[in-house]
Amino acid sequence: MGKLMNQRTGGLGLVAVVIVLLPWFLPNIFYYDVAIHVGINAIVAVGLNLLIGYAGQISLGHAGFFGLGAYGSGILAGTYGWHPVLALLAALIGVGVLAFIVARPILRLKGHYLAMATLGLGILVAIVLRAETWLTGGPDGMIVPSFEIFGWTLMGETTWYWIVGGLLLVTVWLALNIIDSPVGRALRSVHGSEVAAQVAGVDTTHYKVLVFVISAVFAALMGVVTAFYSGFITPDLASFFHSIEFVTMVVVGGMASTFGAIIGAVILTLLPQLLTGFDEYEAMVFGAILMATMIFLPKGLLPSLAARLRKGG
Amino acid sequence: MLAEFLQYLFTGITIGATYALVGLGFAIIYNASHVINFAQGEFLMIGGMSTVMLTAMGVPLPVAILLAVAASAVIGIALEKLAIEPAKDADIVPLIIITIGASIFLRGVAQVIWGKEFHALPSFSGDAPVVIGGATVLPQSFWVLGVSIAVVVALGYFFNRTLIGKAMIATAFNKDAARLMGINTRFVLMLSFALSAILGAVAGILVAPITFTSYDIGIGLGLKGFVAAVIGGLGSGVGAIVGGLILGISEAMAAGYISSEYKDAVAFILILAILFFLPSGLFGTRGAERV
Repeated sequence: MGKLMNQRTGGLGLVAVVIVLLPWFLPNIFYYDVAIHVGINAIVAVGLNLLIGYAGQISLGHAGFFGLGAYGSGILAGTYGWHPVLALLAALIGVGVLAFIVARPILRLKGHYLAMATLGLGILVAIVLRAETWLTGGPDGMIVPSFEIFGWTLMGETTWYWIVGGLLLVTVWLALNIIDSPVGRALRSVHGSEVAAQVAGVDTTHYKVLVFVISAVFAALMGVVTAFYSGFITPDLASFFHSIEFVTMVVVGGMASTFGAIIGAVILTLLPQLLTGFDEYEAMVFGAILMATMIFLPKGLLPSLAARLRKGG
Repeated sequence: MLAEFLQYLFTGITIGATYALVGLGFAIIYNASHVINFAQGEFLMIGGMSTVMLTAMGVPLPVAILLAVAASAVIGIALEKLAIEPAKDADIVPLIIITIGASIFLRGVAQVIWGKEFHALPSFSGDAPVVIGGATVLPQSFWVLGVSIAVVVALGYFFNRTLIGKAMIATAFNKDAARLMGINTRFVLMLSFALSAILGAVAGILVAPITFTSYDIGIGLGLKGFVAAVIGGLGSGVGAIVGGLILGISEAMAAGYISSEYKDAVAFILILAILFFLPSGLFGTRGAERV
């Protein structure tokens, strides 16, 4: 198991096999919908894990980038009638530039100050989306047209399942490559000791900014996908709670573990589905699981289990 | 013109005093444990909601308040014993997640017990407004201010004049040295959670007649209190009070003169501006990080 997880090709192959085989176990459209949301969350979590797990920088505001991606592309394609592909590119570039501008002053901060600043940024996005009713439809949300490419409309859960599945595979491949590259080593050195990394000649700020922008663009891309897939978006996409959910996926699944982030996304997306019978108790159970995981498995599920297996074997 | 300004100023000072109390709660826990307790806002909710419930059951208001504050203190201690102490060696990120988990959990419990409705607590001494310079001030505002000042004075006395208060300050400076001097740092940690839960509950009860209370008021008020603590510099008591007042007044002014839709944005714009230009807050300790 450890070998499989450590080997890039093995892990990537496993994800590919799961994506290809899963449709046989999905009895109807509703399950496809859940699977698509798992995939969307997994991609955000894998990107965010680069920032939190590898570079050791927390962000409590990534839902802000997610929301900007969704609204950016939705408004351009819907209200202004842009071609969806152009709207997608514009939204991604916009979020990338914004993330790049705020990254330097924000990433100078550490620990709780960093948490506060990213949290503030995310909440500001949510407030603007809620207040600018003329542009965003306000708290009621807005309708997004469907995605058309080469005269072909992307519609239906099965189509989007394969799109999100493909994107997940590409994201995991990219993330694994980044981690194994000099960038990844530099990031890990930042996490270990930023001062030591600086002394050793690593331009720590440069790498932190880079990975902040990458994770923000991943989140924005998934915002775009959510907008075109569901056809309807609300400011809740950018809410503080949504940011917390993303961070929780990374932390519960396992920090500094790409596959852990995927497992975290699977668990946290399925959890509300499993708790639907107990609506009233959903928040209580969610909070309790969050606390218990962090208290007993502070490194997250996958790394803690892997360590236990290694000890046992 | 002046009346309008005074009106906003009084509103700002009232709500700012609440933020200051919450900010002080953050500062006390941060000093004892270097944990930011994201569940701080839930103590306001617990304080306000329990008082509403107890008074509805016929308990006289002063007794209801005492019981509600005591309940919050117990929950604060439970939080420390059950969630923070078992994870004391964890990194910052897991600790942040634990307290966020605790806040979601407490909110979930409150929702089960009290439902999702808004509840109103009657003002402590009537609703006949007092007119000062053309601005109307609710009697409850005087309660908020008076009690906040009393609490701050009492805290000042506690930290500077009593042995246990000094032990808490010593622990904040250097935990290991304090332990070597015979201070029971585990007790200090527990006490700091109890104290900050009490501060939160008091703030929550004081504002309940003004802002109403519901199971989810803790998120907003808690975050604003956190902003107040960070504006002043994490861990600084004076900083938290000044930060709370700055935040409350700017919020009221922004709501009055600019746009009430963006009232909640003020806190976060302020915090980003301060963190970008003064990364340790107004009163935080500056200096190089020790390696």
